Amino acid sequence: MAHAYTPGLKVIPCTLLRKKRLLPIPGKVLVEMGQEVSELEVVAQTELPGKVFSVNVANRLSIGPDEIKNFMLKGEGDALNKGEIIAENRPFLKWFKTTIESPVGGMIDSISLITGQVLLREPPRLLPIKAYIKGKVVEVIPGFGVTVEAEGTFIQGIFGIGGETTGEIAVAVESPDEDLTPEAIKDIYKGKVVIGGKHAGLAAINRAIEVGVSAIVVGGIHDRDLRQILGYDIGVAVTGTERIGLTLIVTEGFGMIPMAEYTFKLIASRNGEKASVSGATQIRAGVMRPEIIVPGYPRDVTKCKKEQGRGWIEPGDPVRIIREPHFGVIGTVASLPPELTRVGSESRVRVLEVALEGGEKLVVPRANIEVLEK
Amino acid sequence: MSKKDLEVIIATDCGSTTTKAILIEKKGDTYRQTYRGEAPTTVEAPFEDVTKGVLNSITEVEELSGRTLLDGERIIIPNNGNTGADIYVSTSSAGGGLQMMVAGAVKAMTGESAQRCALGAGAIVMDVLASNDGRADHEKIERIRQLRPDMMLLSGGTDGGTVTHVVELAQFLKAADPKPRLGASYKLPVIYAGNNKAHQQIKEILNERTALIVTENLRPTLERENLMPARHKIHDIFLEHVMQQAPGYPKLMKMVGAPIMPTPAAVGVMTEKFAKANKFNVMAVDIGGATTDVFSVFSGVFNRTVSANLGMSYSISNVMAEAGLPNILRWLPFDMDEQDLRNRLKNKMIRPTTIPQTAEDLEVEHAVAREALRLAFDQHKALAVGLKGIQQERSISDAFEQTASGQSLINLMDLNYIIGSGGILAHSPRRIQSMLLMIDAYQPEGATRFAVDSIFMMPHLGVLSQISEKAALDVFYEDCLVRLGTCLAPKGLAREGQLIMEWEIIDEKGKRKTGELRFGDLLHVPFESSKGKMIARPVKGFDMGAGSGGKMEAGIQGGVVGVILDGRGRPFEPAKNHAKRMADLKKWYKAMEMYPV
Repeated sequence: MAHAYTPGLKVIPCTLLRKKRLLPIPGKVLVEMGQEVSELEVVAQTELPGKVFSVNVANRLSIGPDEIKNFMLKGEGDALNKGEIIAENRPFLKWFKTTIESPVGGMIDSISLITGQVLLREPPRLLPIKAYIKGKVVEVIPGFGVTVEAEGTFIQGIFGIGGETTGEIAVAVESPDEDLTPEAIKDIYKGKVVIGGKHAGLAAINRAIEVGVSAIVVGGIHDRDLRQILGYDIGVAVTGTERIGLTLIVTEGFGMIPMAEYTFKLIASRNGEKASVSGATQIRAGVMRPEIIVPGYPRDVTKCKKEQGRGWIEPGDPVRIIREPHFGVIGTVASLPPELTRVGSESRVRVLEVALEGGEKLVVPRANIEVLEK
Repeated sequence: MSKKDLEVIIATDCGSTTTKAILIEKKGDTYRQTYRGEAPTTVEAPFEDVTKGVLNSITEVEELSGRTLLDGERIIIPNNGNTGADIYVSTSSAGGGLQMMVAGAVKAMTGESAQRCALGAGAIVMDVLASNDGRADHEKIERIRQLRPDMMLLSGGTDGGTVTHVVELAQFLKAADPKPRLGASYKLPVIYAGNNKAHQQIKEILNERTALIVTENLRPTLERENLMPARHKIHDIFLEHVMQQAPGYPKLMKMVGAPIMPTPAAVGVMTEKFAKANKFNVMAVDIGGATTDVFSVFSGVFNRTVSANLGMSYSISNVMAEAGLPNILRWLPFDMDEQDLRNRLKNKMIRPTTIPQTAEDLEVEHAVAREALRLAFDQHKALAVGLKGIQQERSISDAFEQTASGQSLINLMDLNYIIGSGGILAHSPRRIQSMLLMIDAYQPEGATRFAVDSIFMMPHLGVLSQISEKAALDVFYEDCLVRLGTCLAPKGLAREGQLIMEWEIIDEKGKRKTGELRFGDLLHVPFESSKGKMIARPVKGFDMGAGSGGKMEAGIQGGVVGVILDGRGRPFEPAKNHAKRMADLKKWYKAMEMYPV
């Protein structure tokens, strides 16, 4: 049977999830192998070296770099408070006295007799890594972190902004093709993961930030609104560090696009349950998509699907068209003709036939569809 | 086996997403590329072994060619009948390529030299630090700490000069305690190529916290750049440190018959060989999904720049941000709502493998491509310059023409050849689309030949040229380059419709075509002859390379497109007036038969 490889976003009622939780530099692992952890529990932490500041003592005291050793009141490694004097000259007349105060608290990192520069270092900052999902520690990477395993619902979005957060799922619309309006965002959604339908406009997103919503999950947004929220254009899709007051996940793309019905129904089936979400997106090497994870089984599922998707499509599979002129249309694969076909742009490409609900068939380049993985 | 015995060569390029293999065979006296295969690159999970993708791509070549190349996971060397190859070579840009940070005392002098050095070695330069780069010291230290490069190049000062600035940079580096991108427990390799008087101090500061390598100063005097020793060190460290940390590379290094080269370094080598062999000034561009590389050889001086965030898929939205929407819209012969364009480009960014299905969608991508090419070219012109800070001797005749040092080496009138590669240029449905995109973006002057690299073979040929220049050049001419043709563009401005040039083109057999070019017109003349001649008689005020109104005779090249006569003037910019611009674009695209009607 004809089939084609097409990666798709995962929308799975129940699957086995493994999350690596690693420190960027070596530190200490705080949990043990086999331990059950909650999403907010710190599993590892390290100390990030403090910020370094420079003070040019030679210039400030108008002396040669190699002379500064005679005027320093503190040595390398000495602790300091902000405003403490680190060097001073000793003129005959006290009016000419110059003192140099430390601009930061911390310690003296180094004193250079070549440049006359003194480097000061702030105290180290603690960097904790949380478990992010409720589950069990199945691997400990000494000095770096752990792998947490859990069974649960796993839904990938196509694009997001903002980092990891958690909250109860609150479905704020009746259907996947309904707009998420500012009025629909109630005060009780504070700290929750709010599910919208086809689109969230600027006013709705601002309202959610005002209420203190943890995250919004919606079909589409306009790029113009995204620019307004961030204050700049996202040039390259590497996100996750934005701080706009909430995490925003788009399941379909940019524009007014209803959330896929299957995705909507699945999230709605977990309404009121606690979810872990992340907006981090990276589309180059090491692809990362935003995600919504709800630990545990949905009500009607008793057995967890453990196998991965098969990685290709076949006639009968549900697909979404992801490029103009039919962007956002959902249908099923009718056929996969093997020969190259000339499309409207005159490129000769591999295509497939997509059957729509009303019986209409569209011919689309295979590169322009996405399988709706279930 | 001696070099002259090479008969069968297998070469791969391990890209970020695809590993491409080509088979080269000697047919009579000439080397030809005969088969190619490709497979997804396997640097990342679940495989985490680059050699899997290499073997898969070679397996495809085996299947297509009928030649047995593999014995399990081993490439059969040497060739014997219908089995094996004489050598296997490879380039690599997988896993993000070679990422470097460079530092120099003065931004416009050693900072720029260090940048040219790293770029020429095939690296992506993540940042250029300098004593006078406008950032506060703690910001510099924070920046060093945030970026996790594969290695760092530290330069500064001329030999015997002051050591203060470069020592200061070394101290910042030490304070930041930077970590390499791969292998968190290893020390970051730092190449020191600055003032030789500071060697001892640099060693004292950096020896403990970094893997320090000291080499010759890349700017021994203000008047001289000496980039090769540091470039060689970069290549050595690329192989010894960086590649050793990348998944599967230690295995790949044992498979190859010549050192693995970073992909852009290999393209640079091939561009240089081509320029030297033909005594041409050459520019080559590779526009990919994430980055655009520009290579140039002008009067024998090689330069490379990489615009890390100008590309046609992953970075398409950044092209929009940097160029601005009006600059993209100015190439479209139809109206498009700004919100629609924004959403389309973002959707391409998040689904980078999609392709235009309609002509209209293709025109939108072409509009973006022109801007990406133009912006990357601007960056190239800014770095491909003469040395700054040198003393210039001036005579009394120069008194009224005060040119500063550091002028761009790129002179469009002297540019002989432009080679395009990357999906949007190599796979345009009509070849004329590729040629006009490059003409619009670069605005060549006089006579300029154009070609595209059909399947991005330049990396393979670049690394091969280190072993056999003949094999590399044979394949380059016969199989790699798709000759598009020549653009004839007189420099100057006039009234719309005014006669600006009379032209004549003559093919190898002496057959002539003649005509007139009027201001504002774009003409297409089919011309297939691979070698030909043009005679241009521009009117006064227009220059084809022999000065205003000067008659010009020059060699040209025909090809699958032919000759394009560009009468839109230089500098050229689409009309600001909306109606006029629409009318012009429609007229030009119709004359070029750019898109289906």
